[in-house]
Amino acid sequence: MAEINTDQFPQASAKALNNQQLQEYLTRSMGNFDSARKQAIEDVSQEIWEGLREKARQIKKHTIENLDYYLDLLYENVTRSGGFVHFATTDGQARDIIGHISKNRGLTKAIKSKSMVSEEVGLNKYLESVGVEPIETDLGEYIIQLVDETPFHIIAPALHKTRQQVGEIFAEKLNRPGLNTIEDMAGTAREILRDKLLSADLGITGANFLVAETGSVVLVTNEGNGRFCTSKPNVHIALVGMEKLIPSIEDLSVFIRLLPKAATGQRITSYTTHVFGPKTLSEEDGPDEFHLIIVDNGRSKLLEDPVLREALYCIRCGACLNTCPIYRKVGGHSYGWVYPGPIGAVVTPIMTGLKKGKDLPFASSLCGACRDVCPLKIDIPHMLLNMRSKLMEGTSDQRKRGVTEKLASFAYKKLMINVGALSIFRYIAYLLQKPFIRNGYLGKTSIPILKNWTNSRDLPGIPKKRFSQIWEEDQFKEQQ
Amino acid sequence: MSKTKNYKVKASIFITCLVDQLFPAVGTGLVSVLKKAGVEVTFPKNQTCCGQPLFNSGFRKDAKELAKQNIEELANSEYIVVPSGSCAAMMKFVYKDLFGENDKMRSMASSLSPKVYEFSEFIVKILGVTNVGATYREHVTYHPSCHLLREQQVDMEPKALLDEVCGLVLEKLEDETVCCGFGGTFSVKYPGISEAMLMDKIQRIEETSASTVVACDLSCLMHIDGALRRKKSPIKAKHLIEILDNTESLPDR
Repeated sequence: MAEINTDQFPQASAKALNNQQLQEYLTRSMGNFDSARKQAIEDVSQEIWEGLREKARQIKKHTIENLDYYLDLLYENVTRSGGFVHFATTDGQARDIIGHISKNRGLTKAIKSKSMVSEEVGLNKYLESVGVEPIETDLGEYIIQLVDETPFHIIAPALHKTRQQVGEIFAEKLNRPGLNTIEDMAGTAREILRDKLLSADLGITGANFLVAETGSVVLVTNEGNGRFCTSKPNVHIALVGMEKLIPSIEDLSVFIRLLPKAATGQRITSYTTHVFGPKTLSEEDGPDEFHLIIVDNGRSKLLEDPVLREALYCIRCGACLNTCPIYRKVGGHSYGWVYPGPIGAVVTPIMTGLKKGKDLPFASSLCGACRDVCPLKIDIPHMLLNMRSKLMEGTSDQRKRGVTEKLASFAYKKLMINVGALSIFRYIAYLLQKPFIRNGYLGKTSIPILKNWTNSRDLPGIPKKRFSQIWEEDQFKEQQ
Repeated sequence: MSKTKNYKVKASIFITCLVDQLFPAVGTGLVSVLKKAGVEVTFPKNQTCCGQPLFNSGFRKDAKELAKQNIEELANSEYIVVPSGSCAAMMKFVYKDLFGENDKMRSMASSLSPKVYEFSEFIVKILGVTNVGATYREHVTYHPSCHLLREQQVDMEPKALLDEVCGLVLEKLEDETVCCGFGGTFSVKYPGISEAMLMDKIQRIEETSASTVVACDLSCLMHIDGALRRKKSPIKAKHLIEILDNTESLPDR
């Protein structure tokens, strides 16, 4: 499994906030993504967009609720076309299956198209340990592979690297100094990757969709690298999360229109690749062996939860990241695992351990912008609230300690349920605050429960009379 | 002012804990605007907090007790007017689900739900009024608070009310739908992130030539105002009610 650092969110996010260069860069690039998405939706009209969203949601809902049926159908159809289907319950099983295939066929050079599931299972490190050289062929993934980092964003893994930084990486790691333009850098990467692509014996991809009725794996890419990985090497392994299933090609047409608009603001991506098993006798290109590994790795835990199940509708477009005001401040690495942002705050703790990821569901202002932009209308705030309640009131394996929070909640409730007690408490607070109030406000203070607010914001003082008193006095006057 | 109606609308106010404890002037303003619009206002006494701070922190059992108290206190109201989009959303959309299928409180919460209105929505949709006869001779910009905008789907109503205020010039706020970073306990749990979001909002407000920023939720306003006061900004943060209630004669908060 990829390293889990979800418990580091408070420290990691604070560090990101202090990184001035990252802050400037985040503001600019996230804004671009967001406006491209808005423009793409405007181009097709809001009405058509809403129609597609609703349709897509119904398809996913139906598929996830009948997952066993469609998995069987997919299995049948992939097998019929000569492919092998494997089910990996854990990340370890997924690695083992790939290890076995590589060993049996004596494979040593793997080219990879971008796959978040391969990040989940920590595939590159594993491949290196069993003597298979993994090469990322998506430009962004290639850049972060060179510096041994994890993706910063679901669809733009090297988003946090500026052009200058990439130039430095290419100079240091590839011995190609002096590259200044994006064209030159992409050209260099292409030139270096070309040899790797031609000499590889294993192609590893993810999938954007698995179509049950056709038994096909569908990849959408902009660089065409996915197509290379699925056609040149002798063996193709597709490593796919089990939620990627959809029933039919007709359903696919909805998602093919939805995904690029939500993700990058494109009408359609440059390449849509349909893979139907190994090459047939009449085909010249393609692998002679095809394996589909369907990965659970904690997804069942989402599936069995009636509220959190909706997270499996996600098509990993990244729109919620692009629009989230919190992601736009703390960036992708703060979340401590493969999936960042609003959807990451839901799936990461469930897949990797709720107690360790206890900070993520609280790292949200519940503004709901993610739900607005989600092409599947996934109600992320609702799920975050559900997880918060699990952390505070759930079963013993869900609950975090949170003694202070529990005490605070109890005290607040006791106070708020008793109007009389509240009046007395308020009057005491009113008297106590007096020496600290300037012009009606409390400024910077070191009082523990208040300082987190007053460090950056003034706090209004408590006025002498509360509304209820004024109301009563007015009523009394009116009756006179 | 609206034309005289031949029947009198009766409404209870749910004043919210923030208005009751910290911003009583908004409460008296609410009563006065409603009365001027011909509403018979009642204030059921046994109410404090809607329970949202507890619910959002994961304490549903504690939130449920407050919900029960409020539902029982407000059950006989014709309408419930709330000077907050966020608290209104809590009562309208969340209360019901706090109670089990067979709990009679669940059905009481369900009957309460359609009677709950955020202030501006009530004025525009129920009373059919957009001009309440207010004057405010300043440039104003409007921040749509998240729950009002996204849970209640109320956006045109406050803008329409502001548009009709005599002397008021409404200026568009760039990135208006981006959260100000308050988020309840989020603001003190992650003060750094909250502050970073707030500073963006303040910058957008300062980019307008408005001397007042208006919203319909005192939680967001307290947050925005807190930063404006800290930097000794001349810009005021006001609740919509303060603008609609003959604000010329009101002293600055």
